[in-house]
Amino acid sequence: MATYNTNEFKGGLKIMLDGDPCSIIENEFVKPGKGQAFNRVKIRNLKSGRVLEKTFKSGESVDAADVVELELQYLYTDGELWHFMDNNTFEQYAADSNAVADSVKWLKDQDICTVTLWNNNPLIVEAPNFVTLEITETDPGLKGDTSGGGGKPATLETGAVVRVPLFVQTGEIIKVDTRSGEYVSRAKED
Amino acid sequence: MELSVKLQARVQLYERIRAYFTGQRVTEVFTPHLSYAANPDPAIESFKVDSGRVEDRPMFLQTSPEFFMKRLLVKGSGSIFQICSAFRHGESGRLHNPEFAMLEWYRVGFDYFQLMDDVIRLVFAVSGYKPEYRIVRYAKLFEPYGLNPHTDSDEKIEATALQQGIDVQSAVKLGRDDWLDLFMTHVIEPGFDPAQMLFVHDFPASQASLAQIETTDGGVRIAQRFELYWHGMELANGFTELRDADEQLHRFEEQNRIRKRLGLKSLPLDQKFLTALKQGLPECSGVALGLDRLLMIITGSKRISEVLCFADSEV
Repeated sequence: MATYNTNEFKGGLKIMLDGDPCSIIENEFVKPGKGQAFNRVKIRNLKSGRVLEKTFKSGESVDAADVVELELQYLYTDGELWHFMDNNTFEQYAADSNAVADSVKWLKDQDICTVTLWNNNPLIVEAPNFVTLEITETDPGLKGDTSGGGGKPATLETGAVVRVPLFVQTGEIIKVDTRSGEYVSRAKED
Repeated sequence: MELSVKLQARVQLYERIRAYFTGQRVTEVFTPHLSYAANPDPAIESFKVDSGRVEDRPMFLQTSPEFFMKRLLVKGSGSIFQICSAFRHGESGRLHNPEFAMLEWYRVGFDYFQLMDDVIRLVFAVSGYKPEYRIVRYAKLFEPYGLNPHTDSDEKIEATALQQGIDVQSAVKLGRDDWLDLFMTHVIEPGFDPAQMLFVHDFPASQASLAQIETTDGGVRIAQRFELYWHGMELANGFTELRDADEQLHRFEEQNRIRKRLGLKSLPLDQKFLTALKQGLPECSGVALGLDRLLMIITGSKRISEVLCFADSEV
């Protein structure tokens, strides 16, 4: 297995820690007093998403994590797994519910998602930052209201529920920011 | 930082250092950067250089000018200072560069407390800062955590460090001084006021380096050594110099033994330095100060690379 020496540590490097793949966020070389050197590292556990601080004795090696990020097209779900395809190699990948997690409510077929693979299996699925989705259900708004103040809940074709302005109606296509889960604007259908 | 500002800042700093020492009648010296002997300190790695000699005798780039400067003191130089490059293999980071600028000076007849005053005067003279300063015993810093770094057991020190959430990954078991160092960097240092010059002194004897060791009334062996912290950095390290040649040889040999235990190569000791010590080093104190870091403070830089013409990654 590939290893990295602590002197190769830098932000973005993927290493194995206690059996989990992790990504280095920040690395600081410290050498206290007359003592020996350490690398003080902030790390994100890619499985749990948790950020932790770990100190390594400088000069030691750690196992590299076989982690890559790919842009994959979402194809469909069979109810248990979510299937993606690499449009360059046509290779397909199946992600489980842990990998898809909260992104599930934004997944629409054909959309391109960022998928983090660990040992060639999807570990994290990130929906595109902006998605355009159809409203399948929302209360009819008051006539003449164009202010958008307050808004109302709307259920989208993927099952996600977002707050939309009162003037937006069932059947319309809207643009949503998946990072905040907020309505951005109406969208024209492709 | 604009290039001209960066270049001028260093020139001005060096001029002011020279002016300060001229006023103090301390002589500037220039000693070799290359030697056939190396510093066996297990926490410092020397760069090894091909000497070009047939006998396959390598040379080493200095990790500090200490041995040559002490030989000058033995020869009767009186108080001396030097501005030079020092080289430490594998030290690279926000505050470290493998080649860095060092100011090292020795004051004949000074003890380490007088030397601390000298450091304060120098920093005032060269930086234009009039910061507050505080002088505190090493042991005092550990009191709030119920620790005595001199007398508590290794187990208690390690357990207290773990309680504070220090999470270390190491293939070899960490020793007492490793835990104390980590306690300092992870727990104590974050509480230091960056604007205040903080002199920490009287380190455990096990961290004496080349400092004189003293046994206190309580029977505790402490090193007459100080470390200056300022703006979140270790800026200078000084001590009352060890003058006993036998003790010096003993410490060197111990360091080489530790090197072997850590899987490092033992290094050729500086016999000429040891011989000089036998002739008698005058009572003196010496200190090394990181000039790149001082420049970082003067120019308000966050990384050492900002004050260097070419950092490690650019050479």
